Amino acid sequence: MTRPLSAPLDIGFDYTRSLGPTLGRFMTALAERRIEGMRGSDGRVFVPPAEYDPVTAEPLTEPVEVGQEGTVLTWSWIAEPLEGQPLDRPFAWALVRLDGADTAMLHAVDAGSPEAMRTGMRVRVRWAEETAGHIRDIACFEPLDAPERPRPEPAPAEPVTMVTTPVHLHYQHSASAEESRFLRALTEGRVVGQRCPVCGKVYVPPRGACPTDGVPTTDEVELPDRGTVTTFCIVNVPYLGQRIPTPYVAAYILLDGADIAFQHLVLGCDAKEVRMGMRVEAVWKPREQWGPTLENIDHFRPTGEPDAPYESYAQHL
Amino acid sequence: MGKQLAAVLGTGQTHHTTKRLDVSMAGLCREAIDRAMADADVDWADIDAVVLGKAPDLFEGVMMPELFLADAIGATGKPLLRVHTAGSVGGSTGVVAASLVQGGVHRRVLAVAFEKQSESNAMWALSIHPPFVMPVHAGAGGYFAPHVRSYIRRSGAPEHVGAMVAVKDRRNGARNPYAHLRQPDITLESVQASTMLWDPIRYDETCPSSDGACAVVIGDEATADAMAPRPVAWIHATAMRTEPTMFAGRDQVNPQAGQEAAAALWRQAGVTNPLEQVDAAEIYVPFSWFEPMWLENLGFAPEGQGWKLTEAGETEIGGRLPVNPSGGVLCSNPIGASGLLRFAEAAMQVMDRAGEHQVAGARTALGHAYGGGSQFFAMWLVGAAKQGVPS
Repeated sequence: MTRPLSAPLDIGFDYTRSLGPTLGRFMTALAERRIEGMRGSDGRVFVPPAEYDPVTAEPLTEPVEVGQEGTVLTWSWIAEPLEGQPLDRPFAWALVRLDGADTAMLHAVDAGSPEAMRTGMRVRVRWAEETAGHIRDIACFEPLDAPERPRPEPAPAEPVTMVTTPVHLHYQHSASAEESRFLRALTEGRVVGQRCPVCGKVYVPPRGACPTDGVPTTDEVELPDRGTVTTFCIVNVPYLGQRIPTPYVAAYILLDGADIAFQHLVLGCDAKEVRMGMRVEAVWKPREQWGPTLENIDHFRPTGEPDAPYESYAQHL
Repeated sequence: MGKQLAAVLGTGQTHHTTKRLDVSMAGLCREAIDRAMADADVDWADIDAVVLGKAPDLFEGVMMPELFLADAIGATGKPLLRVHTAGSVGGSTGVVAASLVQGGVHRRVLAVAFEKQSESNAMWALSIHPPFVMPVHAGAGGYFAPHVRSYIRRSGAPEHVGAMVAVKDRRNGARNPYAHLRQPDITLESVQASTMLWDPIRYDETCPSSDGACAVVIGDEATADAMAPRPVAWIHATAMRTEPTMFAGRDQVNPQAGQEAAAALWRQAGVTNPLEQVDAAEIYVPFSWFEPMWLENLGFAPEGQGWKLTEAGETEIGGRLPVNPSGGVLCSNPIGASGLLRFAEAAMQVMDRAGEHQVAGARTALGHAYGGGSQFFAMWLVGAAKQGVPS
């Protein structure tokens, strides 16, 4: 079997977090280079603060300032830091219990080497050059025997109510073996589907198995690049990540001989002229731009034939 | 042994709005929970288990929110389940919570569902373009608009029916103090004049993006009986069904999974004529045309005839089957919570606690949710009396 195709899929979004009173207070304190925990109903001090008591589930309201030095309870060495981590050189993830706190917080310790790390070691906060009311105002922790850096004077900060947390995901998106065959055929300007041996329906793109009968589909079918618009919408909404300028017609195209429609773009006439039942044909990009993608077909355009009768596609809606 | 009787003891929800910047996700959930627990007159010691519903993680960029929310939802040291069925999740959360009581596993269960859309961008999250495909997908509206067009073609419904639903729901929402959009002065003309977003769906026929949460306390028969004379909502039937998003011959307008879920619901509840026997329905209608579509899918009207109920005004408060007296999803859409809101509002109707949007004399009400590409369906039927007991 030939190797399935795969390609990168990178997505990301800057999520905004409204903090509420408890976490807002914690972030505001960080902006002032202070650390505030929260006392629970059993007297324990939570750092970072708990919004609600783990024992009684009641809201917690007694903030407690804690020390800026603490003890490493356990740790793990990160030899090769990843994108977005607090340090870009090898460091330790550690659970650090600050003096005056009863719980530990996870943060980075800049120790230089794993030999410098041990459970029970004492560390202190290294503040970021600039604070913004974010957990990253704590740049990292450092061993107490590291040379102390000059520390800016704490200054009152505006109340912090929001933080931004960017999330970026890098996937390698793989097509199935059958979809890969379909995509490779597209690089030759051909459209191939597969027929279910039980119900006889033709799937394009092929699935490798019939979703209705649950049996493998091996019978390959070459399909024409023309068909019928079963239904469609006209997209007028601009949105983040959009790649086709609005307005555009997103249509379900049922290729002649296929039993399932796929979505594609219809151009070549005014959007208002597009109809259910309209006959369309593929307009391919120039051959030198072809790759393993349905985007080789730039769009579909009206063929000028009479519309397909409703009955011919009604069971595909 | 058959299933145990279960009832909704109390409900709670937030004032839904575009941005609740003053609370965290935990605080948002807690507002709804505090109201539900006060409504049900229970304390934390009374709650045996917690079920949390939340829409896809990409919507808020939080993996496993049930972990960091455990303290806020009172789940520490108790069984905690998270339910995940896309937009129908609020409904499925209610069904799962009910099943824990009906199965005799727990006596009192807290169900909570939420969405804080302001922290994210659902349109972006629903328009991820993976490699190899044509990047035409444009959010939920882009997904559903072609199927709305198919419904209009198939049923021959006149174009103004979609606008009529929007007018009705927004005016109903004006009676609901918790609704996000409250538009008592909206008119058919103003809806029809609003921007076409995903032709044939207009701006005013589209749900808003909301921050909000909903919570429901479900109890066993003994607990519910002990609440007398305070009314409870007896759960007569629940149903969930699922189907794949894409297969040859799939009916996208009237999906088989929805039909089968409804048939199972009516069968369990002993309902033979839903239109006559149900007094109010909270149906998941994120785009106005889904009211007539789901009326047919649920069996309130024969195929192709649902729009006639809407057009005749029968789905207004005071009609034969008031649909979404709360204003529904068209007025408030904290996605993860939207299904549980439908379930809670149905319960509020039969408990006679719906205030200004109360349907007079409602004894039996439907709560309904759907999600994904119309592939997940969840519903319950609640009544003012125990099933089989004459009301």
